[in-house]
Amino acid sequence: MKALEAVNDFVVKFANVNGSGSASANALFAKSILRMGVPVSPRNIFPSNIQGLPTWYEVRVSGRGWLGRRGGVDLMVAMNPQTWDQDVREISPGGYLFYDSTKPLPPNKLRDDIRVIGMPLTQLCNRTYSDSRQRQLFKNIIYVGALGALLDIDDEVMRALVVEQFRGKEALVESNLKAMKMGRDYALAEFGCPLGLRVERSDAVGDRIFLEGNSAAALGAVYGGATVCAWYPITPSSSVAEGFERHCRRFRRDPDDGSARYAIIQAEDELASIGMVIGAAWNGARAFTATSGPGISLMQEFLGFAYFAEIPAVIFDVQRGGPSTGMPTRTQQSDLLACAYASHGDTKHVLLFPEDPKEAFEMGAAAFDLADRLQTPVFVMLDLDIGMNERLCEPLSWDDGQHYDRGKVVTREMLERGESFARYLDVDKDGIPYRTYPGTHPTAGAYFTRGTTKDQYAKYSEAGPDYIENMQRLLRKLETAKELVPAPIERTREGSRVGIIYYGSTAPAMGEAFEMLESGGLSVDGLRIRAFPFSDRVSDFIAEHQRVFVVEQNRDGQLRTLLINECGVSPSQLVAILHYDGTPITARFIASEIAQNLVSDDRGARRAAAAG
Amino acid sequence: MTYIAKPKLGHPQAAVNDLGYTRRYYEGSISTLCAGCGHDSISAAIIQAFFELSVEPHRVAKLSGIGCSSKTPTYFLGSSHGLNSVHGRMPSVLTGANLANRELIYLGVSGDGDSASIGLGQFAHALRRGVNMVYIVENNGVYGLTKGQFSATADKGSKSKRGVVNSDSSIDLVGLALQLGSSFVARGFSGDKNQLVPLLKAAIQYPGAAFIDVISPCVTFNNHAGSTKSYDYIREHNEVVNRLDYIPRRSEITADYAAGSVEEVRQHDGSVIRLHKVAEDYDPYDRVGAMNYLHAHAAKGEIVTGLLYMERDAEDLHTHLNTVKLPLNSLNEKELCPGSAALEAFNTGLR
Repeated sequence: MKALEAVNDFVVKFANVNGSGSASANALFAKSILRMGVPVSPRNIFPSNIQGLPTWYEVRVSGRGWLGRRGGVDLMVAMNPQTWDQDVREISPGGYLFYDSTKPLPPNKLRDDIRVIGMPLTQLCNRTYSDSRQRQLFKNIIYVGALGALLDIDDEVMRALVVEQFRGKEALVESNLKAMKMGRDYALAEFGCPLGLRVERSDAVGDRIFLEGNSAAALGAVYGGATVCAWYPITPSSSVAEGFERHCRRFRRDPDDGSARYAIIQAEDELASIGMVIGAAWNGARAFTATSGPGISLMQEFLGFAYFAEIPAVIFDVQRGGPSTGMPTRTQQSDLLACAYASHGDTKHVLLFPEDPKEAFEMGAAAFDLADRLQTPVFVMLDLDIGMNERLCEPLSWDDGQHYDRGKVVTREMLERGESFARYLDVDKDGIPYRTYPGTHPTAGAYFTRGTTKDQYAKYSEAGPDYIENMQRLLRKLETAKELVPAPIERTREGSRVGIIYYGSTAPAMGEAFEMLESGGLSVDGLRIRAFPFSDRVSDFIAEHQRVFVVEQNRDGQLRTLLINECGVSPSQLVAILHYDGTPITARFIASEIAQNLVSDDRGARRAAAAG
Repeated sequence: MTYIAKPKLGHPQAAVNDLGYTRRYYEGSISTLCAGCGHDSISAAIIQAFFELSVEPHRVAKLSGIGCSSKTPTYFLGSSHGLNSVHGRMPSVLTGANLANRELIYLGVSGDGDSASIGLGQFAHALRRGVNMVYIVENNGVYGLTKGQFSATADKGSKSKRGVVNSDSSIDLVGLALQLGSSFVARGFSGDKNQLVPLLKAAIQYPGAAFIDVISPCVTFNNHAGSTKSYDYIREHNEVVNRLDYIPRRSEITADYAAGSVEEVRQHDGSVIRLHKVAEDYDPYDRVGAMNYLHAHAAKGEIVTGLLYMERDAEDLHTHLNTVKLPLNSLNEKELCPGSAALEAFNTGLR
């Protein structure tokens, strides 16, 4: 057997039991590699459970900086007997298995094409600690110490992280450092360190930061001026609202008396959440909710109301596997159609597709300007992969010279000057009318907001022409939106006739897939869509290519459906590349699907030519 | 409904309030409800209450759900912003609006279908949270717009116009509000304006969640023999526990009632509620007592009306959340956006 050898390019997977305290130890492992200047991308693979079920933490180490999921496992840290067989099976031939050897295992529980490293963790813990919870918690940090030695991770870096993590709790610093050293010393003494897999100092991280998309989106809401957040707990979006609260405690307390410049309500359900958002936004505050697919289903009626009555709202949808309860803790991009056309009747909504935490922050802030400018709901479409995993990204930045765009609001002063006001009149011919906030003026500017049809002066009307005028204006408004939303990002290669359209969390895997295709001799163009309604550039891109692949993470090709529906392209022009088993899409999958499709197409063409 | 438009000019000697506005200024557009509808009497009482309190109409936001009752906000306070939301969801929209601007007066108007059937959850949670509002349910026990189906407040055994007897237990929103911790609970009757107007005035000035259930007979679908929400039935079974006067701040308080039968309650804003006890043994500050009284009388087929419960020191949602004194919708970028320097520090913590 030849053991795998790689420097700064491998995948370590930790198999743990949910609730055993492994998360912080595993995170420390990932961060220590990052601190050595080597990019990592960790992913939590966890069950819908509090305690007892299996959970995994997969760390891709990539000196080249690929942050998408790679697939395959080079080193398995198997700490969960429940999933042992599956975990051992997953290891690539020549890979490594690290396990707790306190209880001897029969040879048939192992494989002979992998290298097995057994460390009596339980025995070490039982010898050192008497408290059962301590035995469990320190076991984690002991194996992290051992992995440090096995993978040649700088001891100083690891020690510094322990000090940072437990700052202010000196007793914990000491005890964790001691446990980590125990693991490292044991590994150095008993195993040949390092393994074929190892980490070498590099400078590939730069000034990039490491954070979760949900936290970044929440900070975007703080910077974007949101003051009202109403939400209902649902995986994987809860940490958006919780992050908002955390950030607000830090940034939004009145310096004089500590009072809150924000209000957060955990509502009784998603209907109430979106209702509160709409009420607050109608009354001139910037407001948002965070939810996932089932919440989007519940909010449909209110979303139609906000669209038709023209009230701003920001919705962070952290997508998970659907339909129904689906896969609550797995990732998908399967809410596009439910959001784009939310509610009964004819509707279209604005969607934003961030690719990483950096864009989740930027779009999280920009969504409030867009919602106010367009007076309509705006969805920020994250997913579990972006939202709940720490991801390496460019540092967040903010231009202090920029100002909030509160949209077309008629003020008291304007009314005092005698300016006319008609709530639904298209004064500027861009489909966006003017509004007033309640309480603006004693005698002018009041109007009645309703979900029923109305005329341009907000008076109840069931007259056909009033209805048509209104619906046409809403379409004009969406045309205006095209120019305001983030433009698609293009990658062009001289002479390429193949294009790939993708969006959101597919981006990191796509970047790597481009390189794989290129090294296989396939030159392809790419278009990363960042918003709906689609920029005109999207239909041009499709028209300019002989074959266009649409890569996404759902079963039915929802973006492809939207493209066909909205850009007037023929379905035959768009080939769906779909990954929807709940795991994040990989570069290997994309590249092989596209290569296969092009090759079989090539053969088909040759056969057709020969027959002709 | 009437097709005669209101004349543009008012009577030259019409009474004006402290702001110099006539009662007409507090009206809205012409009602499209059936002639004799109890809801129109409630709208008139609302107009009267705001007129007498000299509230600037634009400082009021009126919100409603769906149904006959939810149509009424267009029939009063024409100079106020209004919002007719979706069925059963007025409370959440009102809560959000209240969070955005704590300085306005929020008037939620709903019906028994809107609040007790489709919207029971939102009704409950808005009261639990103590949103500073006046929440009025115009309660007729029936769905009017869809032509006469029972709502969840229809009494068991009550007969519909088509002769169907309701076999489901009814929901008493007053009992529910008491149990949910609502800080101000009252019941009125659309046919008794003398009782309703002071109740509304007290509720408007009350610094917390105030709920008023107003029995409001439906003349078209629920005013026949066999109905327990008809004008005749309510008049015969109305058990008034108290009547009240609402005396605004600065007004001279004159005591011309026999001691023992009147109690004056000073509010935070200096105004006074003067309670005239009708039922001697009724104590409106005793939540448990109020619940017992209500249930005991309901068992006898009596409908208890008046100010049923009032918490002396109510706190509202903003107090619970410790929000800033200024309305959230008035905060500017400087107060809301932490800026680039703070972001730099944030970035540093993530490396």
